[in-house]
Amino acid sequence: MMNQAGFPLLSLITWLPLVGGAIILSLRGDEDVVATNARWAALWTSLIVFALSLLLWSEFDTSESGFQFVESVRWLPEFGVGYRMGVDGISVLFVLLSTLLTPICILASWDAVRKNVREYMIVFLVLETMMVGTFCALDFVVFYMFFEGVLIPMYLIIGIWGGPRRVYSAFKFFLYTLAGSVLMLLALLAMWYTAGTADITVLLRTQFPTNMQYWLFLAFLASFAVKVPMWPVHTWLPDAHVEAPTAGSVILAGVLLKMGAYGFLRFSLPMLPQASAYFAPLIFALSVVAVIYTSLVALAQTDMKKLIAYSSVAHMAAVTIGIFTFNSEGIGGALFQMLSHGIVSGALFLCVGVIYDRMHTREIARYGGLAERMPAYALTFMVFTLASVGLPGTSGFVGEILVIFGSFKVNFWLALLGGSGMILGACYMLYLYRRVVFGRLTRADLQSILDLSPREVALFAPLIVVTLWMGVYPRNFTHFFDASVNALVVQHRAAVEGQSRFTARSPAPLAERASISVAQSVVR
Amino acid sequence: MNWSLSLPEIVLAVCGMGILLFGVVKRDDKTDICSMLTIAALVLCAVLVVGNSTGVAFEGQFVGDPISVFAKLLILTASAFAILLSLDFNRRAHIARFEFPVLVLFATLGMMMMVSAGNMMSLYLGLELQSLSIYVLAAFARDDLRSAEAGLKYFVLGALASGLLLYGISLVYGFSGSMDFQGIARALADPSTASPGVIVGIVFVIAGLAFKVAAVPFHMWTPDVYEGAPTPVTAFLGTAPKVAAVVLFARVMMGPFGHALGQWQMLIEIVSIASMLLGALAAIGQSNIKRLMAYSSIGHMGYVLIGIACGNAAGFRGVLVYLVVYVFMNLGAFAVILAMRRRGLAVETISDLAGLGRNDPALALAMTIFMFSMAGIPPLSGFFGKLYIFLAAVQSGLWALAVIGVLTSVVGAFYYLRIIKVMYFDEPAPAFDRRAPSISVAAAMTGLFTTFFFVLPGPVLNAAAAAAKVLFG
Repeated sequence: MMNQAGFPLLSLITWLPLVGGAIILSLRGDEDVVATNARWAALWTSLIVFALSLLLWSEFDTSESGFQFVESVRWLPEFGVGYRMGVDGISVLFVLLSTLLTPICILASWDAVRKNVREYMIVFLVLETMMVGTFCALDFVVFYMFFEGVLIPMYLIIGIWGGPRRVYSAFKFFLYTLAGSVLMLLALLAMWYTAGTADITVLLRTQFPTNMQYWLFLAFLASFAVKVPMWPVHTWLPDAHVEAPTAGSVILAGVLLKMGAYGFLRFSLPMLPQASAYFAPLIFALSVVAVIYTSLVALAQTDMKKLIAYSSVAHMAAVTIGIFTFNSEGIGGALFQMLSHGIVSGALFLCVGVIYDRMHTREIARYGGLAERMPAYALTFMVFTLASVGLPGTSGFVGEILVIFGSFKVNFWLALLGGSGMILGACYMLYLYRRVVFGRLTRADLQSILDLSPREVALFAPLIVVTLWMGVYPRNFTHFFDASVNALVVQHRAAVEGQSRFTARSPAPLAERASISVAQSVVR
Repeated sequence: MNWSLSLPEIVLAVCGMGILLFGVVKRDDKTDICSMLTIAALVLCAVLVVGNSTGVAFEGQFVGDPISVFAKLLILTASAFAILLSLDFNRRAHIARFEFPVLVLFATLGMMMMVSAGNMMSLYLGLELQSLSIYVLAAFARDDLRSAEAGLKYFVLGALASGLLLYGISLVYGFSGSMDFQGIARALADPSTASPGVIVGIVFVIAGLAFKVAAVPFHMWTPDVYEGAPTPVTAFLGTAPKVAAVVLFARVMMGPFGHALGQWQMLIEIVSIASMLLGALAAIGQSNIKRLMAYSSIGHMGYVLIGIACGNAAGFRGVLVYLVVYVFMNLGAFAVILAMRRRGLAVETISDLAGLGRNDPALALAMTIFMFSMAGIPPLSGFFGKLYIFLAAVQSGLWALAVIGVLTSVVGAFYYLRIIKVMYFDEPAPAFDRRAPSISVAAAMTGLFTTFFFVLPGPVLNAAAAAAKVLFG
């Protein structure tokens, strides 16, 4: 098996963290020494992994819409189940997002985690393996293994290193997600059996009977809706965020939420086109409710992490709207929004973590006037607040505007209501910022609060750079997924039109007929 | 007469009698020697099983085929581990007597007969040899009231189940005119002409076998026996006999009764659903970890029965794969339970595990692996067991079973997670005593198997598929 890199790059990126974990596991000696060594070993491992993933960035052929860096090894001896890895434009940036956030998280936990440091670092590296694997897997069974395997380290991170109600939150997180994913497992099995293979590249070209698609879609929806999370199954997220340690929140918001939306793009849309089109109004309705409802809920929060958690639900609702518009603006916007949200919400949780480490509270009312004592922090927090709001020039703007643009093509009211998230987002984020950073510094214990340490500057610097880079010159990122998204849109339209050709009474509009012929020529 | 087919059984029986004699004749303490000899005999037997040819012997009474080889190897492994686990416990509980390994050996012999049965008669003989040995084992701590109660309870209910089974066998014989599996299959080849009497007989046979695998509604004995029996016996009881009974169950249902699938499928489905639900729900309230394992095993048998309800090759293969992963994770979990011991006394409540993650990280890690595996979380082996069962259910269109199965596995995950929570999230209780090397070895081996099964699942899957081919051409 050869690919651009000339060696199994994706497997290396996926499994190297586990090797680092094994090395940390073998550390022996005095507790403090072990803790220090574990920190450094984890940091170096994740940095090496990140450096390797930069190879993906440079070697990735952006004009190609199919899968690249493909690896394939025989694994389970039947029905063509194999260990297959590969990335296309949709998944490659998520791999980078995961590998970028992991070293940042490890650095963020440097001082914050004092208990069982060695175990913490091992669990985090295992989590990285699972995350990267989820985005690289090109086989159902492999995908499911990684997708569900994520639960184990995350459960432990919340449960062991979390806050006071950590047990409740860890259970809720685990059981909610598991309940969704086991139903997806049944759908995967049904598709595996129907198509006779678990190879995702083959399944992407397989036409499933429409009746079956509806059930499959609902099963996938059960899993991905919990993961995204969509209203009304989002309630685990605020709990999990509030109780998780800072780094856990960063990964949760930055990467884990993206898995659900990635699932929609990888499975629901291309494999179940008719059902996706059929259920799109349902998704729109749920998403619009989520945008408005959770934004209002966020406005009423007194806990900073909870506020950002609810804002995540609202932002991810915009993502699901974009995905189900079925046009390249909407889907491209959704992808961009996911990446942007991964960076920005992760950074916002880090911002909360910075002051939590100092004051050990996340109550908004306990703060105020931080700008006086922490100018650098105020600036950092501002950048990410504005990026979350969607200010032009930051990454948040590009995704939001593309999604709104795409949803306009579908329905005016959808665009209006979905776009209201930008206004409401500005309300609750600026309100949060005002209460925490501006105003008078009245509390005595805040007088001595320290500004960002060099370690924290090192955390935030790359995130600020990426946020602004994505906002100022988005093409560097969009051109990764343009080809794949266009192929996906064309294929989806062809599948839906191809089916309705037999049933539709009116001929398709000219533009769509043109795209059918494009699709047909692609198929040939 | 092709007696060499049963060479492993003959050798094992001779070894058993030899070890028994040795134990009786020799005066001083010889439990460890007898245990080691028994393990050696089991290993020797496993080698003979692998090397043996396949075929039919003793006028169709005895069958040697890939199914029996698969099951025998698994049974022998489980028995050997159970003896290994018993060494330290029995010594400390002052029940270290040389009869223990010998009884395990004879129970194993009975199980090997069960999985090789080609006739209702040899089926019953094997089953009874196995059951009688285990009745004694359950009451092995004879000064302990709970153990005596467990033995008696198991015996009385087991005798009842044997009666049901025998009655069913006699009905089947009476109405089909044959005791031989192939003869019964021929008589049932056209189910429309088969007499209702046979169907009634099948129902009784199912009831008898459902008792042996502890499926709802024949599960009542399980929690009490699991709790009362000495823990190594529980570890044994939860693994090897389950393998034998399930393989026998599957072989009987899919072999001689295979043509009557339409008649019994619904029955197995109901039993399976009831087992999964009870296993998931009843375990939530348990505070004793052995009782919890009992309910967990009932739930696991519910999943296994899905495979039997499928009544096809995929189902049979799923059953065998499930048994392999089930045996290893169960043995591992019991190894950890056996290590639960404070100031010389065995403790069995779940809250005793509190803080194990701090006190003994290695043991806690092993238990975590087993619990996540039992909950069916990939990439651990338990996931693959469920994967193949559910795949078979989906292929056979048994959607109700599949959906209820995955949902109960979520409920089940709750109580497995609770154990992990107690170990890692709760405030530490006092540390356990130093664990015995035998327990560490067993926990490490089963833990490694459970964790790394996904790397190379091919051999097990291929062997299971080859075994399933025997019944389904």
